[in-house]
Amino acid sequence: MAYEVEGKTIEHDEEGYITNISEWTEPLAGIIAKDEGIDMTDEHWEVVNFLRDYYNEYQIAPAVRVLVKAIKKKFGAEKGNNKYLYELFPYGPAKQACKIAGLPKPTGCV
Amino acid sequence: MLNLVNKSPFERLAMESCLRVAPKGSAIVFLEDGVYAVTKGTAAAAKIQAAAEGSAIYVLGPDLDARGVDRERVMDGVTEIDYGGFVDLVVEHGTPQSWL
Amino acid sequence: MSEEVVFDTEGVRKNFMFLNRKAPYGTIYALEILEMILISAAFEQNTTVAFMDDGVYQIKKGQNTKALGMKNFSPMYGVVEMEKEDAEEDEDVEMVWRIVVEQESMEARGLSPEDLVLDVEVLPAAEFGALMAQQDVILGG
Repeated sequence: MAYEVEGKTIEHDEEGYITNISEWTEPLAGIIAKDEGIDMTDEHWEVVNFLRDYYNEYQIAPAVRVLVKAIKKKFGAEKGNNKYLYELFPYGPAKQACKIAGLPKPTGCV
Repeated sequence: MLNLVNKSPFERLAMESCLRVAPKGSAIVFLEDGVYAVTKGTAAAAKIQAAAEGSAIYVLGPDLDARGVDRERVMDGVTEIDYGGFVDLVVEHGTPQSWL
Repeated sequence: MSEEVVFDTEGVRKNFMFLNRKAPYGTIYALEILEMILISAAFEQNTTVAFMDDGVYQIKKGQNTKALGMKNFSPMYGVVEMEKEDAEEDEDVEMVWRIVVEQESMEARGLSPEDLVLDVEVLPAAEFGALMAQQDVILGG
């Protein structure tokens, strides 16, 4: 199983998470998002980039409650809440946004 | 608090760590390879003796038998228990801390 | 004549200690306990993350596992520190997080707090043991 992007083949697991996180590119994010039925806006990118920074620092993808708290700290309460994040990523902000960000599935996420 | 030590003190630090932090009044059960800790004349004996002054030290009889440890080789001040006695201790003290 | 059964789970808060006693890469204990801490943080319990014996090596600075082909999980402890800060800031929840190291274990390994990736409370063995005795649940080795 693999994504095809700009002539490159990028392996992913059965749920669509890429196998090697160093292969992530922005065009790839666009393709994964499309598969997920998401049209990437600036608001989507804000969360995806936040997740990538978070992962770089802590080497782990946050569980959704941790993500909500961390977003709230950085961008304020109008973005750091479940409703806002679920509107952007209807199938779960941690799960879906992590997939688009090229990160592994968050720990404790079923 | 109930503590379990199941490693030989000559192979691992489990006994030493347990004795270092266990507050006075603790119960400490030596079982499996841990039973060697309570035999006489070993390098661990002084530590067991010191611990026995503040805490209750137990050893599991079936594990002594299995290893051929005669009762006269078991240090004074150590109480031998069987599986029933072990269960009683757990009932009395609650979930034990296993020093793996 | 039926009475409604109410399960009151609000406000059930116990003292949990996660006791780390093994070095990070030789066995799976360290990573398993760390994952357990991060998952159970959702249950908002009083949490003590404790390091003694070789467990102190888990939070040694400067780990680099590249050549090993294993994940360096020491940065993940940063999330533990974040949970602790959140617990301190959150005024709605009366919850205490502590990160403690047993002094004797740390010193026996030639380490000092400056060598550690976490901001820790250093407790002498007797205080460390007294804290263990206060726990409702101790998980780990």
